[in-house]
Amino acid sequence: MNETQTQLDIDREKGNFRYNVDYEFDAGTGLNEKTIDYICDVKDEPDWIRKFRKDALKKFLEKPMPTHWASHDLENIIFDKIRYYLSQGGQKPKKTWDEVPEDVKRTFERLGIPEQERKFLAGVEAQFDSEAAYSNIKEAVGKQGVIFMGSTDALKEHPEIFRKWFGKVIPTGDNKFSALNSAAFSGGSFIYVPPGVKVTHPLQAYFRINAENFGQFERTLIIADEGAEVTYMEGCTAPKFDTATLHSAVVELVALRGAKIQYITVQNWSNNVFNLVTKRGLAMEDAEVKWIDCNIGSRLTMKYPGVVMKGRRARGEVISIALAGDGQHQDTGAKMVHAADETTSNIVSKSISVGTGRATYRGLVKIPSHLKGCKNNTECDALLINTSSRTDTYPAISVRGTGNACQHEASVSQVSSEQIFYMQQRGLTEAQAMSLSVNGFVNDLVRQFPMEYSVELKRLIDLEMEGSVG
Amino acid sequence: MKHLKIDNLHVSIGQSEILRGLSLDLPTGQVHAIMGPNGSGKSTLAKVIAGHPDYTVTSGDILVDGESILEMEPDARARQGIFLAFQYPSEIPGVTIANFLRAALQARLPEGKELEATEYYAKLYEKMDLLEMPRTFTSRAVNEGFSGGEKKRCEILQMAMLQPTFALLDETDSGLDIDALKIVSHGVNSLRGPETGMLVITHYQRLLNYIVPDFVHVMVNGRIVESGTKELALKLEAEGYDWATEPEAEAVAV
Repeated sequence: MNETQTQLDIDREKGNFRYNVDYEFDAGTGLNEKTIDYICDVKDEPDWIRKFRKDALKKFLEKPMPTHWASHDLENIIFDKIRYYLSQGGQKPKKTWDEVPEDVKRTFERLGIPEQERKFLAGVEAQFDSEAAYSNIKEAVGKQGVIFMGSTDALKEHPEIFRKWFGKVIPTGDNKFSALNSAAFSGGSFIYVPPGVKVTHPLQAYFRINAENFGQFERTLIIADEGAEVTYMEGCTAPKFDTATLHSAVVELVALRGAKIQYITVQNWSNNVFNLVTKRGLAMEDAEVKWIDCNIGSRLTMKYPGVVMKGRRARGEVISIALAGDGQHQDTGAKMVHAADETTSNIVSKSISVGTGRATYRGLVKIPSHLKGCKNNTECDALLINTSSRTDTYPAISVRGTGNACQHEASVSQVSSEQIFYMQQRGLTEAQAMSLSVNGFVNDLVRQFPMEYSVELKRLIDLEMEGSVG
Repeated sequence: MKHLKIDNLHVSIGQSEILRGLSLDLPTGQVHAIMGPNGSGKSTLAKVIAGHPDYTVTSGDILVDGESILEMEPDARARQGIFLAFQYPSEIPGVTIANFLRAALQARLPEGKELEATEYYAKLYEKMDLLEMPRTFTSRAVNEGFSGGEKKRCEILQMAMLQPTFALLDETDSGLDIDALKIVSHGVNSLRGPETGMLVITHYQRLLNYIVPDFVHVMVNGRIVESGTKELALKLEAEGYDWATEPEAEAVAV
């Protein structure tokens, strides 16, 4: 296989295929107590989880849609028509690709997952609809005491660590969709890195939606114990359907004293997916939580990765790129909650709106008055490609006290016709010129992604820009 | 030998006519200078040849070897060998000079053929040395935060890399101090040869001390009113443009 083929492939059409799969387990449409009982029975879960889910269901039903501030497009999600649990090959993920059912394996092979695993990953979990079909960690990493498994297994096999942190960073009632996830969650990763262990290669999860009218609700919990370091990457795709698909994850990160967690997302959902995700990290003393987030695709994405800096000198960072194509709405941003002295946070957000695409930045920065020596830096830049493109910025900054500093910079720009002419004069077509400009705009952020992703990100942007001119 | 021929060209922007029947024949192997007062249409001529979308050709033609290029997109003209060194080059934030030139050269290769990286960098460094540009320049974003002199040097670097058949230099001397002017001129002179035709647009005679033209044309009110050898530039230097503009003023008054 030649070099160009071995790069991570995330182009927009790459995920647009689907094999017919017979589902052995199907909770039917709609979400009620019976659905939850079905999920708990199938997964053979302990009673505390059943109760946790049912409490969450109540909260989900009680909470109104947040349309007083968010997009009214949310009203187009018909919860009664969605299927909340679908699994084909049972609830236990396989440790080798050979054991994975043929059609599911074919899907992941086509997405290039087994190959990436061989090349540069320390472990992989591959989720197909509701359950992980495959989960494996390299032996050397496992020997260091690193735990990497699906959340369903983790709550049974490691309840002492799991219960301590599960739902603590993001409470069930944080928002309507965290409640929904807490009621219906299935799949997602659990990672525990013991004190002082630095995982040199990334662990990766791949979330694949295959079924129509389906909701994927993975739940991820990552704990880096004192002085530990870990990088986690997630990728997502789904085929294009005429009907809406729902993806609503909850991701909780816990970085104990001096630990570092880097969480990288390259989302490439098809244009029918509502992607409503809650992500938050807790950083204790001298710990660092960094979210690197790339949002491409989906119909509506609402995602504001956050860091609660609870220990002194903790650091939080969110680096995000959003590309809102025709008809898409990327409503993304960051939340930085400073809760200890000398904590620092950094937000860099860049968005590109193409055609009728809309990019929204929402940021929350909170530094209370009793703290001192806290710093926040926020930069958000928007690039508009067409006259029909749109961008909005809603920063909420509450910085009090005298010993704290905050800096906010925002810009909106357009690729000028003079710039395009200049590039065309050097021989580039209009589309090539546009692509190069857009790549230049996000270049400093793309460099923060691992090489395998950054090469493909550039190609992905090229593909997205192709239809934007002319 | 190749020919760039401008034939009785009339050009407007919006309602106002800027070029009013301009003709010029530029073969490869020659350097022609166009001089003229501000507002005479010199820069318009350069941009129209390059295909700038703001201008409308109302009559006349621009031909390369007898074939009209008026229907060609700016990038197709560029790939055919027309290069414009801009008076005010655009900034391209985040795109390095090395990547930009690489993309420009790649665009000239047939589909499926990849630019050879080692050869590319060898050539790039050779041309940068010629223009006395430090190697660190390659990783700077195109024209972003450049001084006037750096921008002009960057234009000539691009010209040296793309090796055009017809190079249009629009006020390349503006904003340059004497040292920068010498370096840029040296770069331009090294690109002179039988394969290249150059059209040097300038307001001042000074540049022509360094880039010595084969022919000089004086442009006033959108057309060429006088053509001659390099001595004509000296006459302009000594007497200004008044002698050239006066007959035009009379003609209008009649």
